[in-house]
Amino acid sequence: MFIQLSDWQPVFISIKVAVIAVFAVTCLGLPLARLMARREFIGKDALEAVITLPLVLPPSVIGYGLLMLIGKNGLLGRLLADLNISLVFTWGAAVLASTVVSFPLMYQSAKAAFKSVDVDYEKAASTLGAGWVRIFFTITLPLAWPGILAGLVLSFARALGEFGATLMVAGNIPGRTQTIPLAIYYAVETGDNASARALVTIVTIFSFLVIFWVNRRAGRQNY
Amino acid sequence: MLLTACFIKKLWHFTLDIKLEIGRQILVLWGPSGAGKTTVLYCLAGLLRPTSGLIKLNDRVIYSSREKINVATQFRNIGFVFQHYALFPHMTVRQNVLYGLKNKKKGSDSFPDPDELLRAFGVEHLVDRYPRQISGGERQRVALARSLAVKPQLLLLDEPLSALDKDIRIVLRQELKKWHRQWQIPFVLVTHDEEEASFMGDMILTLEKGRLRPVECPAWI
Repeated sequence: MFIQLSDWQPVFISIKVAVIAVFAVTCLGLPLARLMARREFIGKDALEAVITLPLVLPPSVIGYGLLMLIGKNGLLGRLLADLNISLVFTWGAAVLASTVVSFPLMYQSAKAAFKSVDVDYEKAASTLGAGWVRIFFTITLPLAWPGILAGLVLSFARALGEFGATLMVAGNIPGRTQTIPLAIYYAVETGDNASARALVTIVTIFSFLVIFWVNRRAGRQNY
Repeated sequence: MLLTACFIKKLWHFTLDIKLEIGRQILVLWGPSGAGKTTVLYCLAGLLRPTSGLIKLNDRVIYSSREKINVATQFRNIGFVFQHYALFPHMTVRQNVLYGLKNKKKGSDSFPDPDELLRAFGVEHLVDRYPRQISGGERQRVALARSLAVKPQLLLLDEPLSALDKDIRIVLRQELKKWHRQWQIPFVLVTHDEEEASFMGDMILTLEKGRLRPVECPAWI
């Protein structure tokens, strides 16, 4: 068979990291996107720029920034050190890196989706006695769902493919922090073409299937 | 008086100055577009906050700038029919009509039977369809049934017939009068159609650049 992989660890680590990162991105991104889609406040443009920054910055810059944050002398690093936790060179750091780089994709998709929901629906719901929580879950979220789903796919794909920042903060420890992109790079480096080929095939097929499935689901709306 | 509203709302190009009092009648707000008609409805419904003033509905103060009262839209119990109906596109006709009932405490009040309501509005055969799958006139009826399902104390209608063809418009405005007699609550209806205004209104207020003009009788009286 074409896929002959001696070590499946990178695949499992990658999926674990990407799933948790997307979960974090969703929990943080949806409320923020909802807020930014409708409210006006001072400094909104600046905040908007900061949120989108990880999309355009080189991954090495993000990696360096994260090291300054969670490193031994970093702001968060020192706090964690008091609790005897070191995040650097763990898979937790890989999750953090993936979360930061995929956040703008979720945020931008969700914001556009929330903006596309006609405010009259939300107003109508409130004249019918619904509070903002019920309006969000029964009106805004379902109507924005196709866009949010697109955000989920994009951020998942980005999280799965994260390389530069992950290498800097999580390192390349086989079986612990070595994700698929890192494993591919080092397989090629060391001349292990069979492993590289297998991983490339897996990640390509998997990405294709996810996007294919999502596109089909988005096209099948019953209203 | 069931509804008393005296308020001022500053808009960027003029100030809206509203004084109105109605009982169980249909009040028509008539005026050219841009005169602030919809803004008046939004202030009554609590979707916009007036700059200052007082709004009372059935002796309950729902807005008072002096006493710093501003009851949220969800607790005002004021029905609203939007210009393009704002039927929830992802819910069936039945789900749309039932939406408001789920917000109300059970047993606290007797609400009209939704099935009977849908029958009364002649849309009982459409309950499982989505808003996209029914005609404009049917949407209008569903929107009315939805807003009346929660037993509002006041119904606001923003150009309710403007998106419809002439034939159905004439049928529906007669139906609206009939329903108004049945429900016995004040209606405030916004329109820019003069004929519609004179047909529907027990009282007609003309709104121009934010000011209410004194009621004018037609020349033939």
